[in-house]
Amino acid sequence: MPAPLLELRDVKTHFPVHHGFLFKRHLGTVRAVDGVSLSVGSGEVVGLVGESGCGKSTLARTILQLLPTTAGSVILEGRNLTTGTAADVREVRRDLQMVFQDPYASLNPRMTVFDTLAEPLRVHRICPPSEIPERVATLMKRVGLAPRFLRKYPHEFSGGQRQRIAIARALALEPKIIVADEPVSALDVSIQAQILNLLSKLCREMNLALIFIAHDLSVVKHISDRIAVMYLGKIVEIGPAIDVIERPLHPYTRALVSAIPRPDPDVERSRQRLVLPGDPPSPIHPPAGCSFHPRCPFADDRCRATVPGLVAAAGREAACLRLGEI
Amino acid sequence: MPLLRVNDLRTSFHTRNGVTRAVDGVSFSLERGETLGIVGESGSGKSVTCYSILGLIPQPPGRIEGGVAEFDGIDLLRCAPDRLRDIRGRRISMIFQDPMTSLNPYLRISDQLTEAVRVHEKVAAKEALGRAVAMLEAVGINDAARRIHLYPHEFSGGMRQRVMIAMALITRPELLIADEPTTALDVTVQAQILELIQRLQREIGMAVIFVTHDLGVVSGLCDRVQVMYAGRIVETADTRSIFYSPKHPYTRALQRSIPGLQPKGAELYTIPGLPPDLSKSLPGCPFAPRCESAVASCETRRPELTPIAAGHLHACLRVRDGEI
Repeated sequence: MPAPLLELRDVKTHFPVHHGFLFKRHLGTVRAVDGVSLSVGSGEVVGLVGESGCGKSTLARTILQLLPTTAGSVILEGRNLTTGTAADVREVRRDLQMVFQDPYASLNPRMTVFDTLAEPLRVHRICPPSEIPERVATLMKRVGLAPRFLRKYPHEFSGGQRQRIAIARALALEPKIIVADEPVSALDVSIQAQILNLLSKLCREMNLALIFIAHDLSVVKHISDRIAVMYLGKIVEIGPAIDVIERPLHPYTRALVSAIPRPDPDVERSRQRLVLPGDPPSPIHPPAGCSFHPRCPFADDRCRATVPGLVAAAGREAACLRLGEI
Repeated sequence: MPLLRVNDLRTSFHTRNGVTRAVDGVSFSLERGETLGIVGESGSGKSVTCYSILGLIPQPPGRIEGGVAEFDGIDLLRCAPDRLRDIRGRRISMIFQDPMTSLNPYLRISDQLTEAVRVHEKVAAKEALGRAVAMLEAVGINDAARRIHLYPHEFSGGMRQRVMIAMALITRPELLIADEPTTALDVTVQAQILELIQRLQREIGMAVIFVTHDLGVVSGLCDRVQVMYAGRIVETADTRSIFYSPKHPYTRALQRSIPGLQPKGAELYTIPGLPPDLSKSLPGCPFAPRCESAVASCETRRPELTPIAAGHLHACLRVRDGEI
């Protein structure tokens, strides 16, 4: 197996929680990302799913080093970003770009499409200034935006078109990997389909790796090669997309999959649902043992005492002590 | 007599950029205990339809241009404000999309929950509180007697939405209008909330109008579905017919663009173009510019809702003529 493009080794991102202003009292630590190991191959699409607060967005920002890593390492093609200097990280970011959820907030309202797309080219001195217009035109074509939009401002575009601009901006530096944090959640179904098709096409054509974060499992299944399911800062199951969604192993993945409403009345009315009680626990005081045990219908005494690690099972990995028994 | 009968409802917004016809001739009716799903993309007029019925459209800029919305024989669009206020909150309740902005952050949950009972049923504070605690327990909030004295920020998103549901149901309404009540929530919480609405519906026997853009939510919950586009109803039928034999090209296109229904990795169907600008007049079918089956006459003639089977209506000239 060739060396992966991106490798995360036991990455942890913690946030201290203080109370008060002058005499700060340390109340605890939010373990937003708590020991995630993951490797992404070149051209691979990895989906990252989980409920809000499970740490998926924090993980995305940690990969890009927009947040400091508490422990562990993020390695892109042999270069360790966590130990590198700020200049190193800036250099690496050429290969590592991000697309955000809200295309209304992530584009500068005072910059035209041309300015938005030309800025990364100028900053990273990708090409002589005379070539910038041509490069920008190519980028716009690649994401399906007509050249006549060049001098327009973000407010003149619909949500789907703005997301295309954000994707073009991420592509400007010809990165090897893009991290997309809920890129289609804010869009309507018909527009969402356009953006999903575009991302798939770009990955194929440019051999671009993609980390795709979403809470909509059917979207993630559609676009991803592999899916990682997160719960309370940890990966609880990871494997090929079809296996994880159609034959989930971990009780949490099962519950998540069974909660997706199917757009098919006969299926929807006949199936048994596994409804999880309660909300995810607080990441400041995670429960002892398996962090899922308070909501898990299969939990027993071992689950309350032992923290499960990821073990290989049926072509994938899952972190559950009772895998063989349930 | 149906519980709710809406006929030719027209709502528009008068702005500096012209008149936007947000709801353009919508008619439907709802029986007691029935669940109706209203599906459509943003800007299709599904929320404005509900707000218009309840008199919640700010006027100006909004204006109800015409139509009738009869609830149990009372025309909601023309009755006196205090009569409407008496119906709204007691006999008709509404749940909004965002539980964070629809609760008052300055008031304790107890004050907000008991307000509806105290205003509409004139019961004593103590009795109202007892009912509120019982209602919170019914929506699955543990330790309700203590938690009812907390503020909204001390609740999680899913719990706030439960509080909203408790607030809407505490007067045991005959009609509940739920406007995307689960869109802001995680799938696991969504599953809990949908189960809760169904259970309470069985217990109270209320009718529900469920507004959503998610066809998946509709499939398990609703008896009947109506699909809206550009302020009009383009198709309405029982849930099975909408999913298994959709007629209108827009309904078909919507289904083909959902990832869950397509083989993995296959190119998703996309509807070309954008929804029409509702401030321009649309002489023909509003979907014609994006429709792959449109012919020249679609651009000029407005299609009316036409029955194709019992209870199944569509607004497409080409389906009516048997051409597609």
